[in-house]
Amino acid sequence: MQKILIEKAKQLICDGKVARVLGWKKGEFCYDITPFMFTDVKDLEENFVFDDFCGANLSKYLIPYARKEGKTLVFLKPCDSYSFTQLINEHRIIKDSVYAVAIPCYGKADVDKIKAKGIEGILGIKPTSDRNGYAVSTLYGEETVARDDVLLEKCMSCKSKKHPTYDELLFEEGEVVEDCTRFDEVARIEAMTPEERFEFFRNELSRCIRCNACRNVCPACTCEKCVFDNADSGVENKAAANDFEDKLFHIIRAYHVAGRCTDCGECTRVCPQHIPLHLLNRKFIKDMNELYGDYMAGSSAEEKTPLTSYKLDDAEPSIVYQRGGDKK
Amino acid sequence: MQVNETNKEFRPQIVAFCCNWCSYAGADLAGTNRLSYPADVKIIRVPCSCRINPMFVLKAFGRGADGVIICGCHPGDCHYTSGNYFARRRMTLLFSMLDYLGIEKERTRLEWVSAAEGQKFAETMNSFVETVTKLGPNKRLEDIRCKRS
Repeated sequence: MQKILIEKAKQLICDGKVARVLGWKKGEFCYDITPFMFTDVKDLEENFVFDDFCGANLSKYLIPYARKEGKTLVFLKPCDSYSFTQLINEHRIIKDSVYAVAIPCYGKADVDKIKAKGIEGILGIKPTSDRNGYAVSTLYGEETVARDDVLLEKCMSCKSKKHPTYDELLFEEGEVVEDCTRFDEVARIEAMTPEERFEFFRNELSRCIRCNACRNVCPACTCEKCVFDNADSGVENKAAANDFEDKLFHIIRAYHVAGRCTDCGECTRVCPQHIPLHLLNRKFIKDMNELYGDYMAGSSAEEKTPLTSYKLDDAEPSIVYQRGGDKK
Repeated sequence: MQVNETNKEFRPQIVAFCCNWCSYAGADLAGTNRLSYPADVKIIRVPCSCRINPMFVLKAFGRGADGVIICGCHPGDCHYTSGNYFARRRMTLLFSMLDYLGIEKERTRLEWVSAAEGQKFAETMNSFVETVTKLGPNKRLEDIRCKRS
């Protein structure tokens, strides 16, 4: 697949259709893959990679190039494509400045989960022929791991294999996953008592080191001036002093993308402390689906989000008292 | 000596965000009608209920509030036509999120109070202060650096 993508990119650059290629670049180790803007064919041939460690969502990196001369070629997996569509809806990307190539995704691997299995010296990863596992080549030989054991959190409950927007489709198009289980964990937490929920989230959020990786990687967080960068706001970037600040940051971070979050799961993927940040985003999505009708950000062009529209007969906030596991 | 003993009793700090056009006037009417509501309620006037940013609510809790109540015009009566419809969605989601994080959901409330409803304003505040007094001090969403005493 990597060869096909490189060929495609080379061809488009040589034809002069695109000026640059946004893809994934080899890092120091095979699993250190970073998004990179290639402008040179030689560089592309040598350093472009596409394998099962390429979980990064490329759509956000298009924003600074939206007004540059020439088109940008980008490879989009289904969930990247949702973020891409949402960014077009928000006019952060100009569709004509991008040549989007849709590529399929069968779930990406989490290197931390592989390492946690005691596999060291990883040199490369390949899906096994039946796609139910990965063959991981290491310094000490080859190991096989089951696919479900090492998938990224976001891939474990994949919502869709369909691309909402693209200019060209490579390989086959998938379908929206109908029996998606992404809200199961949220429902499990909702069923806990308030004390358990409080302890659960205090435990999870207390690990936050305020590195802002979740904010910086999020394709929905695209404000030029973030509230957390404002030194006058009293909540500017610094390590949280106590658990109130942890909660403040994470509630506001999730709230600011509510209705625009495509649930791409990048926040959880990049968190160095392994905080399950997607649980906060999904809670908002679940609430909005239940209260204001099913809505999937980025699934179609030009749609009003739940928080930028209203109905005259919306539920009153007192509905919160009647919902949830405890009916005190 | 008696003063010290009464001080030991828990008196909650309540922050009430009131919209300029309806609820603030409603509070005024409650005052001119000499209806009593607890002095623990601190009113903050906002231009519209949709002016209220989720950060306002969280910061009020952080700075020592034990309960936050938001009052706005009745749906359909907003001075700016639709502000309170947006506020309704926003606050529903915020309250739901606070509940999800294990913060007592009775500490937050949203009520529609018009400029003619002085009675309703006083009743709402009385019942809200009573609910929060029963819950006791806010421990789950407080910034300990802002603690008094």
